Amino acid sequence: MIEVNDLVKRYGETIAVDHLSFTVEPGRITGFLGPNGAGKSTTMRLILGLDRPSSGTALIDGKPYRALPDPLRYVGALLEARAVHPGRTAFNHLLYLAQTQGVPKARISEVLDLVGLSEVAKKRTKGFSLGMGQRLGIAAALLGNPRLLILDEPVNGLDPEGIVWIRNLMKQLAAEGRTVFVSSHLMNEMAVTADHVVVIGRGRLIADTAMDEFIARYAENMVLVRSPQADKLSEALRGLGAVVASQEDGALLVNKTEAAAIGELAAANGIVLHELSPQRGSLEEAFMELTKADVQFHSPDAIAQATNAQAAPASASATQGGGA
Amino acid sequence: MVTDTIPRAASTEGGHANFGRLLTAEWTKLRTVRSTVWSFAILIVAVIGFTALFTFLTVQQWSQMNAGDQAQARLDPVPQILGSGLFLGQLAICVLGVLVASSEYTTGMIRSTLLASPHRLRMLAAKCVVFAVPVLIVGEVLSFASYGIGKSILSSKLHTSLSDPHVTRAVIGEGLYLAVLGLFALAIGQLIRHTAGAITTVIALVLVLVPLAGLLPGSIGKHVSAYLPTNAGQQIMQIYPKDQIVSAWQGFGIFGLWTAVLLAVAAWLLVKRDA
Repeated sequence: MIEVNDLVKRYGETIAVDHLSFTVEPGRITGFLGPNGAGKSTTMRLILGLDRPSSGTALIDGKPYRALPDPLRYVGALLEARAVHPGRTAFNHLLYLAQTQGVPKARISEVLDLVGLSEVAKKRTKGFSLGMGQRLGIAAALLGNPRLLILDEPVNGLDPEGIVWIRNLMKQLAAEGRTVFVSSHLMNEMAVTADHVVVIGRGRLIADTAMDEFIARYAENMVLVRSPQADKLSEALRGLGAVVASQEDGALLVNKTEAAAIGELAAANGIVLHELSPQRGSLEEAFMELTKADVQFHSPDAIAQATNAQAAPASASATQGGGA
Repeated sequence: MVTDTIPRAASTEGGHANFGRLLTAEWTKLRTVRSTVWSFAILIVAVIGFTALFTFLTVQQWSQMNAGDQAQARLDPVPQILGSGLFLGQLAICVLGVLVASSEYTTGMIRSTLLASPHRLRMLAAKCVVFAVPVLIVGEVLSFASYGIGKSILSSKLHTSLSDPHVTRAVIGEGLYLAVLGLFALAIGQLIRHTAGAITTVIALVLVLVPLAGLLPGSIGKHVSAYLPTNAGQQIMQIYPKDQIVSAWQGFGIFGLWTAVLLAVAAWLLVKRDA
């Protein structure tokens, strides 16, 4: 279990982690989400004892990382930045790590097999692709057969096959009862992987909840309906309290009503349906909505939009004229 | 696949990562990068090659040397033999010493290292031991080898022997000097964390500072340069200390003190700073 308690990290004037508290439970995958610059990597570095907190604590099963005997046998970590000497072979990189922990040499071949790098084990990591580097980092994390894994953006640089592989690996590790704490800035990736989610923005906690609950709360569930009697149907749906929007092609997009209820309503009113399909709302949009106020680095477009929105009352006519 | 059972608790055997394991790991790090091999190769070629070349040239030019120089060479032949090879060879140790510490930072490897050994002081101590010991061994072998080569090349012009007063101390001193110099460079690499900046700093301290101090007027310059790190350290290779301000072992002690202070500051910052 990881316990982060009122953690603060300041760099001069800027505050990277702002009184953050949450716990990461064993036996499940906990996603750590936030826009770029939200403080995810910093929080992980604080948990791992690489950086010193300005105040607060980050404990692993009640102890700071530095107090763990043979830490790699307890915690496996993959950091976002590369942490490998390019002139050393993959095998030798793992060898010196294994030697610090008294991990037997045979384990090195095991983890190299596991991540699919056995064939390039004797090659210097200089020539490794981003994905291979990522796999080597994962091999290093698994080296000590740790009960707890901390992975910073593990899918970075992996190809689709690699992404599926790491997803399944994390699920398996969690199913074995291990603690898996994994960061990402992509909501959709986490939605299919994580059981629980901790969301931060600008170093502050935004949400700490089960993934299902998060999806239910933040993603709008829409149902697409096609019917030759669209007008009659939308009237009936509105009577039920649903929010109905007509699409250009004549389809109806229904919000705040389950697909089953719509089907039953149509049957009761003798309305023919040609299509009735639930649409999963975009989680990515929900996530962006949730963290909008806390995004550190806007793209120029976003900044322009924000500036226009603020300036709208003064120059509304000009903007509209230009937009048309 | 990972089917091993999860360790119930952190392994208790050995408690904190023991020092022997850290030594093994640091040795693996040192021997598995090419810069180590290259640096030692350059050290060996420079020390042996330049000793042979310069003593050979001394023999060739002997008749054109003035009587004073000839007398000085006869009086204190050891720096004559060891000096030229050491002057260049020491640069290889400076570069390697810096790299041993700074490459951890420039490559990002320090994060892997500190995750594996969060007790930073132990890690630094292991690094120092693992670097200094091979440099000492190679340095002593080179020192005795180059002394032997130089001695036989110069044998027609002057006589020197390990049994002469202070000669053995001077020859052993070259190996000791190189080992401390390695730690001196390592400390600066650890302090500055950037390879280029740290190498520049070390070279400046080793090669530039002494002539610079020589520009100070009168005896001030003499006194200042006697206490500068490498100048003080090289006293141990003199049979008769030139300026008589510090003795051979005093000078070496001063160099050791400089190195110890730098290492202490580097260690303090290593613990204090974010990795």
